[in-house]
Amino acid sequence: MSRTLISQAQLRRGRGRFLYWTILTAVIVVFTLVFIGPLYWMVTGALKSGQEIAQTPPTIWPKDPQTQNYTDAWNNLNLAKLMFNTFYYAAGAVVFQLIFDTAAAYALSKLRPMFGNVILGAMLATLMIPAMVLIVPQYVTAIDLPLVHVSLIDSPWALWLPLVANAFNIFLLKRFFDSIPEDLIAAAQVDGASPLRTLWSIILPMSRPILGVVSIFAVTYVWKDFLWPKLVMPSPETRTLSVGIYAFSGGTPMNVVVAASVIAAIPTVIIFLIFQRNIMAGLTTGSLKG
Amino acid sequence: MATMTSVPETKRTPRVYAVKVQTRRGRKLRDNLTGYAFLIGAIFCFALFSWFPMIRGIVMSFQHTKRGVTSWVGFDNYTRIVQDPSFWTAWKNTFYFTVLALILGYLVPFVVAILLNELRHGKGYLRILVYLPVMLPPASALFLFKYYAYDPSDAGLFNAILKFLHLPTSEWMQSPTMTMPAMVLASTWMNMGGAVLIYLASLQNIPGELYEAAELDGAGIFRRIWNVTIPQTRLILALLAMLQIVATMQVFIEPLILANGAGTQDSATSVAYLIYQHGFFQNDLNGAAALGVIMLLVLAAFSAVYVRLTTKQD
Repeated sequence: MSRTLISQAQLRRGRGRFLYWTILTAVIVVFTLVFIGPLYWMVTGALKSGQEIAQTPPTIWPKDPQTQNYTDAWNNLNLAKLMFNTFYYAAGAVVFQLIFDTAAAYALSKLRPMFGNVILGAMLATLMIPAMVLIVPQYVTAIDLPLVHVSLIDSPWALWLPLVANAFNIFLLKRFFDSIPEDLIAAAQVDGASPLRTLWSIILPMSRPILGVVSIFAVTYVWKDFLWPKLVMPSPETRTLSVGIYAFSGGTPMNVVVAASVIAAIPTVIIFLIFQRNIMAGLTTGSLKG
Repeated sequence: MATMTSVPETKRTPRVYAVKVQTRRGRKLRDNLTGYAFLIGAIFCFALFSWFPMIRGIVMSFQHTKRGVTSWVGFDNYTRIVQDPSFWTAWKNTFYFTVLALILGYLVPFVVAILLNELRHGKGYLRILVYLPVMLPPASALFLFKYYAYDPSDAGLFNAILKFLHLPTSEWMQSPTMTMPAMVLASTWMNMGGAVLIYLASLQNIPGELYEAAELDGAGIFRRIWNVTIPQTRLILALLAMLQIVATMQVFIEPLILANGAGTQDSATSVAYLIYQHGFFQNDLNGAAALGVIMLLVLAAFSAVYVRLTTKQD
């Protein structure tokens, strides 16, 4: 490992060594408290009764842990349905982003049609537009599609189509495809492979890591998104988890709302723990070398 | 092609040449068509949900729709939006949130990244910890803060800690002065992980010799941070500053969930929340579009200043 701010030698000797271990312990304790503490409080708090949660000082471990709040949340908020909806939207988002964004990035990187750079520029320019600015005209578009006059309200297409318009994905994928040697493509062409065949048999197998990153980001994006699904998926049958919990939060005991929030967070936490390496790598490559 | 056979000997050469040109052009056309066949899905989605809405938002802000009839009204929507008493409150709150988030949410990740970069143990664990909140659905995390952490009674998590430390407790979201700091605190906790990881990656790219040389010149830790770390990460620092300003100026879900939208004495109303209010509760989509255009201009001004600063330095 190359040296950083403080040299290795300084940390190994006498006072430096003592200071290092003190700071390391302190950092680990403080970070665990700051980042896991609230989650612990959330999970155990929802195990407490309504009386116990209002008690002062609060109990660190529930005196009489009960799963009542969790079962209430699951049944009263119809979390199974909400969870299925969110999962379904996330799966669709992955499929459509992978199909259309990889195809577009492949065309921009390898087929390079006329005005390809103009199109790429127009796509990247959308990164500069704040999402909040577009929310009203996007909504107006979704309730009455131009020319065909169809409403996408409560239809999953209202979530999937805007997600394909993701310039960041196209940029990431294009940059990855750019690094694939041109010779490979030329060789495939000599063998008579069509562009689609080249994409499918040569480019995609080489791009597994980046496709994984794009997929994980799509899933977490759908799971975390709030305002857009709240606007275009208003019915109780089509809501996502976050939107459904918010819609119920007014008339539901707070412990039940928190229990539902815990359940809603479990899938993304599991995804994170499994794929943390890919997620962190994707995050830093996506932003640093841009 | 059938005519080729009847072509007289003398004219053959130019004819063949012409056919060749045509097929080359034909292939080029075909290649372009293939290219666009691959692009069409993405272009369609961008056109429908990015390019067209951008223009439509601007057009809508100069129109008014009443009982299905749309007419041009000039700057009427803008004057109405600006005269709304919440307009200036929302901008004041949004700027306040942005500045507080810059102090807390911008400085803390950098310090945390510098600290983590010096540790030789437990780095993987600490990185997971910092990024974990980013993976939570914001609605989930905010309900945790709203009901448990910011409970204004002594049963709330933060008040219990403050009481344990013999510090004065707070009313949190029920106090107009604490509303914003509380929202920034929750927002920073939820979002700082990404910035920490990006800083960490950029810190790892700093050549060790620079620190070595600075140390030989007798520079202490803080001097080394000031003279080596910051200049070496300047670009990423500037980039993240701009990204954060653009993101925090659009703060929406924090006021919506933590403060039920407006908050105590309008202390939480943000510009984004006002867009939502006008568009989806007051049935004033045109006014909301006008407010969106104003927000776009303000954020564009920020971007322009940023571009100016970075090009000046280089």
